[in-house]
Amino acid sequence: MVVKVISSAEAISEAVKLARPSVIPVYPITPQTKISEKLADYVADGELDSQYIRVESEHSAMSAAIGASGAGVRVFTATSSQGLAYMHEPVFAAAGMRLPIVMANANRALSAPINIWNDQQDSISERDSGWIQLFCETGQEAFDTVLQAYKIAENPEICVPVMVCVDGFILTHTVDPVELISQEEANEFLPPFTPVNAYLRTDDPMSLGTLADPGHYLEIRYDLEKAVNASKELIEEVGKEYGDKFGRYYGLIEEYKSEDAEIILIAMGSICGTIKDVIDEQREAGKKVGLIRIRSYRPFPKEALKEAVKDARLAVLDKDISFSVGGALFSDVRSSVNNESYGFVIGLGGRDITPDNIEEIIAKTENPTNDVEWIGLRE
Amino acid sequence: MIEIRFHGRGGQGAVTAAEILAKAVFEEDKYTQAFPSFGVERRGAPVTAFTRISEEPIRRRYQIYEPKYVVVLDETLANVVNLTSGLQDDGAVLINTPRETIPSLEEQNIETYTVDATQIALDNIGRNIVNTIMLGYLSAKTGVVSIDSLLTTIKSTFKGPVAETNIKATEYIYEQNVE
Repeated sequence: MVVKVISSAEAISEAVKLARPSVIPVYPITPQTKISEKLADYVADGELDSQYIRVESEHSAMSAAIGASGAGVRVFTATSSQGLAYMHEPVFAAAGMRLPIVMANANRALSAPINIWNDQQDSISERDSGWIQLFCETGQEAFDTVLQAYKIAENPEICVPVMVCVDGFILTHTVDPVELISQEEANEFLPPFTPVNAYLRTDDPMSLGTLADPGHYLEIRYDLEKAVNASKELIEEVGKEYGDKFGRYYGLIEEYKSEDAEIILIAMGSICGTIKDVIDEQREAGKKVGLIRIRSYRPFPKEALKEAVKDARLAVLDKDISFSVGGALFSDVRSSVNNESYGFVIGLGGRDITPDNIEEIIAKTENPTNDVEWIGLRE
Repeated sequence: MIEIRFHGRGGQGAVTAAEILAKAVFEEDKYTQAFPSFGVERRGAPVTAFTRISEEPIRRRYQIYEPKYVVVLDETLANVVNLTSGLQDDGAVLINTPRETIPSLEEQNIETYTVDATQIALDNIGRNIVNTIMLGYLSAKTGVVSIDSLLTTIKSTFKGPVAETNIKATEYIYEQNVE
């Protein structure tokens, strides 16, 4: 067992190396750049046998990823914020063409005003692209999730690209201990990719991503909807298989002391670590508070959530805003369960989220005044 | 949990210091986390970096507001940032300065350790890079990290002559100041 004190950016790069993608088309952008730099090192040093394509933009990065994946090989790319926004068009195309691309997104705010710091508006804005979106709490989870992501994306019953979301800076630039697995273990968990469905070959020529007229488009989109829904079971299965092998289990959601909770916080990503510390303190003070961490934002774990929330009052934390509605996660929670629920917009543009903020959210959920509140606004 | 804040200027290696400290205490089977104040990667600009050290896994992910120790790589920052912001009552400031005392800190009754790390860096490394030296000083004065794991980590972080000179300087300051 090797444990290294590394950043999530490095942890992701290590996992990508173990996954052995054949092609890595990538364009640098803060705070993702640490991932693409590390991968460039691996390729240059001969540690990773992969074609590293220095494209001229993120639109090109995703387009090249589509081309390579369409040719039937394993592909990795990474981006952030404006980069993800810039590749919006081919992001939708990749899912529509059912290509099992894995992309890391270092979550960062969107312009304007220009802001390089963390929130989750970027990947939330690609919510409807058809990609699976998995949000990580730690560097360890980022490492583990990249390997699971390929297994999910490449399943012949699924064939849906996966976005692995990690909070920019808060995870990408923070070092802490990450347990790695060996190449042999990785090979066993994630064998080489063998495409079985849509990929280009001369012995059975086909086109990918061609025109679908009104007589076909609806069915093709419905097929994608079915695949994304079906991936729920697979995400659970793969998370369990990974746990059985390496001791760390993953699913669609993580329940933390929510079993008997009167108030349950619902959130995604690195903020959940701070929330867990606050919950422990509040529990010691006799308050029945818990957390449900949404790991799989798409597919949205409606059924799992319904079962986990029981009749608790819900406080949903969003590092994003769907203007005039509240956070996107809040809307999803409200459309999935009938519990009394309140939305909290927090941490946009990298505003630090402290235990005081979390305590304020719990207090406001105990004595609610508004459906949606912005936390941490300066007076 | 022990929380430590580093103050430096872009290019002085404050972020590297925080990371080396994290890696060194991990060698001692402690849990750890290190991170920079994000997004200010410009040479000469004030930089803050943080290290947490704990016997338990560390889950929290916010900046350090109430440090036990503050390590200052560049004393001119005293005019720019509030070095003692949130410092714990039983905490201490370790500062690189040719002066014996820092009157502004003395006035506030803050436990302050001064050392001319710049001179040690110039003598041993030939450049004014004091990050590893200040870690050696931190080790000598507080014991939050052992000199052995510190030197091991410096050895694995740098290569060749850079590693050698940093080790020599770090060992020197430790020997001079350990009680």
